[in-house]
Amino acid sequence: MKGRALGIYAGMAIAFLHAPLAILVAFSFNSGRFTVWQGFSLHWYRAAMLDPQLSEGLINSVVIALFASVISTVIGTMAAYGIWRRSAPVLSGTLYLSLVTPEIVTGVSLLALFEWAFRFLHLQLGLYTVVIAHVAFSIAYVTIVISARLRGYDRTLEEAAMDLGASQWRAFSRVTLPAIAPAIAAAGLLALVVSFDDYVITSLVAGVDSETLPMVIYAMARRGVSPVVNAVSALIVVAFGAIVLISQRLQAR
Amino acid sequence: MRKIFLLPARFWMALFFAAPLAIVCAYSFLTRGDYGGVELPWVLENFTRLADPLYLAILWRSVWIASLATVFCALLGFPLALFISRAGRRKNLYLQLVLLPFWTSFLIRTYAWIFILRDTGLVNTVLMRLHLIAAPLQLLYNDGAVLLGLVYNFLPFFVLPMYATLERLDPALLEAAADLGARPFATLRRVILPVSAPGLVAGSVLVFIPCLGAYLTPDLLGGGKSVMLGNLVQNQFTTARDWPFGSAASLALMLASALLLAGLMRSRIARELM
Repeated sequence: MKGRALGIYAGMAIAFLHAPLAILVAFSFNSGRFTVWQGFSLHWYRAAMLDPQLSEGLINSVVIALFASVISTVIGTMAAYGIWRRSAPVLSGTLYLSLVTPEIVTGVSLLALFEWAFRFLHLQLGLYTVVIAHVAFSIAYVTIVISARLRGYDRTLEEAAMDLGASQWRAFSRVTLPAIAPAIAAAGLLALVVSFDDYVITSLVAGVDSETLPMVIYAMARRGVSPVVNAVSALIVVAFGAIVLISQRLQAR
Repeated sequence: MRKIFLLPARFWMALFFAAPLAIVCAYSFLTRGDYGGVELPWVLENFTRLADPLYLAILWRSVWIASLATVFCALLGFPLALFISRAGRRKNLYLQLVLLPFWTSFLIRTYAWIFILRDTGLVNTVLMRLHLIAAPLQLLYNDGAVLLGLVYNFLPFFVLPMYATLERLDPALLEAAADLGARPFATLRRVILPVSAPGLVAGSVLVFIPCLGAYLTPDLLGGGKSVMLGNLVQNQFTTARDWPFGSAASLALMLASALLLAGLMRSRIARELM
């Protein structure tokens, strides 16, 4: 009896977590502009595709996410491997700290750094400042995912390779790297998602010509609700869901 | 050799995480320039200004809302974690269901609540159609909306560590309690809760930290009326262009988050969970 009540509650709680997104997706197919169902239509998806601001934001976001995820995956993988060989408390501590630092603080401090550096360099905010910022907060995610994988990895495998005459680099690249490859792919996908999703830090360090998709969506949401935002949101929710599921499958391998 | 592997991360984190924080640290002791820049002399005024009634109110509101959000996450998350920990082979499925929305865009999850709560949103439309209300209820742009958004966004942060603790609870303990005649509620209070204290503390800290520094949720759902510390920082760095004061506020926020994390990491709880 008590077990059943708990089950019903859990079902409601999980529904609470999914309902807002489900409603959003459902109404993206509504032919009307208002929150009353008026029939199925793909009108808002068409409108979203034809919106020049949205497509420009999408291109910027994709470019940033690709660069940021590749760079942070390389750096984070190397860091996780180094920490696995022998602990590096200062670096680990810094990475954890970067995870709990409020995004707004990370954002304004990077803005302060860039503006300070621009006094000496003839540069200005642009896409590259966003990439730098995204790499800075993604390294921690990547390192954690790969560290978790290395924890279950047999240290003697590398030692065996080295006993058989492999250099340390060769032992890493031929033995360890292939073994943790699924985790690296999973971490890369995760970095892609967190980069693509970020609004707070991005909005502070993006140049005037480098609006990302979340920035465009934020501006639209601020102006009021438009079904076009629902359509874009639905596409992002589905894409993110697919990427995260693939990432989790890879982590479980 | 090992150092080479650590080098890129050390370089990047030093240059683009530690150095920016150091700059903010320095700015917080400087004076605001005439054109919004920073100037000498060194002062403590930015920190004393945080104690102004106006800013103290924002500080307290942030702590209060974050505390409430933590309590709600604990109340809602504990039974959920308990259920998942007993779900047998379906554990992973339920965990994924809890985590999946968390990975789908923070901005969009918050926007979804605007869509539901606004004057012409789903809740008001349904209530008006049913003739339960004559005029739309003001559901958005108040503390309640911010609280709802925070609980919704950070519930998984509580469920995960809570689940990790409950999962390790030896079922023999529960059987023993039942054999000794404990009613379900007594078992919960005297066996399950004491054993799950580490998860409760860890989950609460993990919810409280991001709620305290929340920016986007109060910005979108509070609509500028329900201002929290994060919004104060953003405002000082953009509209008000008082970087020294914004830096002082950032530092206060950062320090609170770091101390809470350090407390959690140093305690027995972290060792049990990691």
